[in-house]
Amino acid sequence: MSDKKIIDKDTVLRVARLSRLILSDKELSQYSGQLGAILEYIDQLNEIDTRNTPPTSHPLSNLKNVFREDRVKGSLSPADVLRNAPRKKENFFSVPRVIE
Amino acid sequence: MVNSCAVLHSCLERIERLNSKINAFVHFEKENPLGQKGTRPIAIKDNISVKDELTTCASKILEGYRPPYDATVIKKLKEKGYILMGKTNMDEFAFGSSCETSCYGPVRNPWDLKRIPGGSSGGSAAAVAADLVPMALGSDTGGSIRQPAALSGVVGMKPTYGRVSRYGLIAFASSLDQIGPITSNVADCAELLGVISGYDGLDSTSADIPVPDYTKALVKNIKGMKIGVPKEYFPEDGLDKDVKEALLEAKNIFKGLEASLVEISLPHTKYAVSCYYIIAPAEASSNLARYDGVQYGLREEAVRMVDMYAKTRTAGFGEEAKRRILLGTYALSSGYYEAYYLKAMRVRTMIKNDFSEAFKSCDVILTPTSPTPAFKIGERADDPLKMYLSDIFTIPANLAGIPGISIPCGFSGNNLPIGLQLLGKPFEEETLIRLAYAFEQNTEFHKRKPNL
Amino acid sequence: MKAYETVIGLEVHAQLATESKVFCGCSTKFAQAPNASTCPVCLGLPGALPVLNKKAFSLAVKTALALDCKIETLIKFDRKNYYYPDLPKNYQISQYDRPLGRDGFSEVFIKGEKKRIGIKRVHLEEDAGKLVHSPGKDTSLVDFNRTGCPLLEIVSEPDMREPLEAYEYLVAIKAILRYLGVSDCNMEEGSLRCDANISVRQKGEKRLGVKAEVKNMNSFKAVKEALVYESKRHREALENGDRILQETRLWNADKGITISMRSKEEAEDYRYFPEPDLVPFTVEKEKIEEIKKCLPELPKAKKDRIARDYKLNEYDAGLLVREVEIADFFEAASKSCGKPKQVANWLLGDISAFLNAAGIPIGKAALKPEHLAQLVSLIESGRISGKIAKEILPNVINKGISPAEIVKNENLSQIQDGKKLSVVIEKVIAENEKSVKDYKGGKEEAIRFLVGQAMKATGGKANPQKVNELLKEKLKG
Repeated sequence: MSDKKIIDKDTVLRVARLSRLILSDKELSQYSGQLGAILEYIDQLNEIDTRNTPPTSHPLSNLKNVFREDRVKGSLSPADVLRNAPRKKENFFSVPRVIE
Repeated sequence: MVNSCAVLHSCLERIERLNSKINAFVHFEKENPLGQKGTRPIAIKDNISVKDELTTCASKILEGYRPPYDATVIKKLKEKGYILMGKTNMDEFAFGSSCETSCYGPVRNPWDLKRIPGGSSGGSAAAVAADLVPMALGSDTGGSIRQPAALSGVVGMKPTYGRVSRYGLIAFASSLDQIGPITSNVADCAELLGVISGYDGLDSTSADIPVPDYTKALVKNIKGMKIGVPKEYFPEDGLDKDVKEALLEAKNIFKGLEASLVEISLPHTKYAVSCYYIIAPAEASSNLARYDGVQYGLREEAVRMVDMYAKTRTAGFGEEAKRRILLGTYALSSGYYEAYYLKAMRVRTMIKNDFSEAFKSCDVILTPTSPTPAFKIGERADDPLKMYLSDIFTIPANLAGIPGISIPCGFSGNNLPIGLQLLGKPFEEETLIRLAYAFEQNTEFHKRKPNL
Repeated sequence: MKAYETVIGLEVHAQLATESKVFCGCSTKFAQAPNASTCPVCLGLPGALPVLNKKAFSLAVKTALALDCKIETLIKFDRKNYYYPDLPKNYQISQYDRPLGRDGFSEVFIKGEKKRIGIKRVHLEEDAGKLVHSPGKDTSLVDFNRTGCPLLEIVSEPDMREPLEAYEYLVAIKAILRYLGVSDCNMEEGSLRCDANISVRQKGEKRLGVKAEVKNMNSFKAVKEALVYESKRHREALENGDRILQETRLWNADKGITISMRSKEEAEDYRYFPEPDLVPFTVEKEKIEEIKKCLPELPKAKKDRIARDYKLNEYDAGLLVREVEIADFFEAASKSCGKPKQVANWLLGDISAFLNAAGIPIGKAALKPEHLAQLVSLIESGRISGKIAKEILPNVINKGISPAEIVKNENLSQIQDGKKLSVVIEKVIAENEKSVKDYKGGKEEAIRFLVGQAMKATGGKANPQKVNELLKEKLKG
């Protein structure tokens, strides 16, 4: 990561596509600059040698093996499932045609 | 049946009169509280799911969304006779420390309407500070309960990660989020914490540890308790003069109560913001992927599916949300994961270890909650990094998963509240309550009210 | 053409046989209205959280152990991030760098040779929903009933060298899953799915060729056919010097070809990271040993035992153990009549053909092992002919009536009585002078016609051997 440059616009565009966001030219410049500044600051983490430190993905490190029993509980009513739907048809959610 | 409880009616009257000034509530219908039984009015942050009630995270993308289920904390409140007053304003998806990123417009600090109330639970903190409600629920991912509590002059606690169920809390960063109380005094905080805490089979990350009676910790005697003062939290520069003085005075008050102060060190503190601004946006970028116009909320129509996604998300998310989604997506994307996300998780371990080490020599840790009192609306809007850096004192507790409380400890020269923060060992909220209560009962800060 | 080598690896997805979904309490049985088996968790509603189904986990561990995998010491789940309308959270809870099992293997028999196919990994994940596309409409419809059903993904090493091996591997994996009772393995209903990775390289080359991922095969036969097609397509491309694209292709069973899916604008970047809503999982060493001990006898062991104990060849034994119900049926029938070879022949021959044609699994047929044992005994004792046995078989299979009863009721016993047969034979001799003459004139084969006439006259009940003997005797004189 030592030769890392401030994030370039192509990378921001790629990340925006991955995030399903459309950026205007103005936004692209703005975000590129801001993300660059943030990443430059974050670069300070490279000062620390973490080779012998395990990662923490979760603060309660002792918590393991949390299960539920295989029992059927009630599902939502179709009315509840679909009441927030921007578009629906019968009991389905409706979306633009997905071409396969 | 109309609820005739006097406290409720006083709250309704104040909300009606003052909410338009401070913009604390975003979803509020008078008939709704009046139709509920119970005696304890409470406000709910807009990112906690309440069945059939608008729950939008102050984001346009969740426009019109009414969850078909109650969050676990809401179920508990309903069972215990709380009256849900409505939903409070916040930074969009809790992304922020000022409540300026809300799609409903900024919340105003009851102490100075030109200033921010802190964030992201600024609506909840302002509602309590303005006595619209005696208590509220907030959520804290990097300081979002404690910082607005400090800046609005109220009590706010982030419990230990796993103490309160997250089921129904709309996720920002799942490994950091925690729901907690925002109240006008420590006794209410203890009571509310007791109600919402406990193991929940619907949240794999909730801890199966008995919930003590927190009100038993409401004792004034803290003699002999050891308070650690980390030098990294009292930097020579970077701490507002009034904050510095208020904290100095707070130390003296604790000394006067016969607690002992010990200097400690949390050496990795300066890396906390960097670490947090990788982990939190990374998790957020994934948590927010579901807002796509298929099942609920905003939808911008398009002929092609990919375009529907992009148009919907582009129209629905605000600027800060987009910034964090981009940052988080970048940190997780191929080629950068190890350099950023994995690295941050390792640094997180070091920050966590700092606390374990420090707690060997003290019972609690005393710090300022925020480096400065409330700033003016718009003042820091152009510099996200500067905004991020102001969370330096609250972020480490979230990374380590430990509990923290902010209580009023003074006022600035221009009559803005200042808060102190106490950090505790995992699942030792009682110790925090005990010290906070002793401090509160021996000071007058909590009695001062904003002039509205 | 140069000498080429095909390299195949398979990804099998099996839906685990649980009552409820992998992270919520919705039922996995959903032959019901669209979206009727959904809740905040499997719909991925804001704020809902997953909690792992204990049975799904234990079935997955059991399967991994049955496939000789090592169980990961610290098992964790990860999020696989991608946008698709059948995926409500736009990420799938799956496993990335710590799958619950890895480095296992399965054995297959190819032309009598034993071959070991490596299993790279076995992991647990949640299924996606279903999209319904109505022709001519500008919308697709989404049903989330299947969302969150527990899936076990079994990824093989690229150890297969021809489509037949892939086919045999699938048969072997399915047999193991069925023996364990962890999955229904119904490909038509989607509880077993298979994607294939295939590449072709010049023989002797160490590096793999450019691979194609082939999807949309809904039977083992389709997998084989798609791979045969792809293998040929790759070889021809290599031979012609054409560039092979790394791409996903869909098998079109009607046309018998694969079709390239629209090429993606850029490579997928799934941004895997540890699922923060779930905690890690461990399986104690002692527990692993205990599960191993409690595993049922698996196909390979059963095959070896059956071949040994019943003195069958490996091939027949291998066919018998493909389905545990058939193996059990075989053992019960063989024990009852003591004629395993004959039992195996009937079971693998006429009975299988009949059941397959009728689409009835052996467990559901009215036919019971004692019926088959009786049938074999009736033949062996000479009471009925093989021909009669074949004739009455449909009734035994369909109605479950015992063969002895049918034989008795329909008077189908073989005529062994010499006197009775003599009458018939004399009649046949009298009516077929030409054949008699031929035989006597040295055309030995003429006797067969005469035997046939005698059988016909008795409605097939005459014992053919006896008729033959009697005829020869009479014609001698």
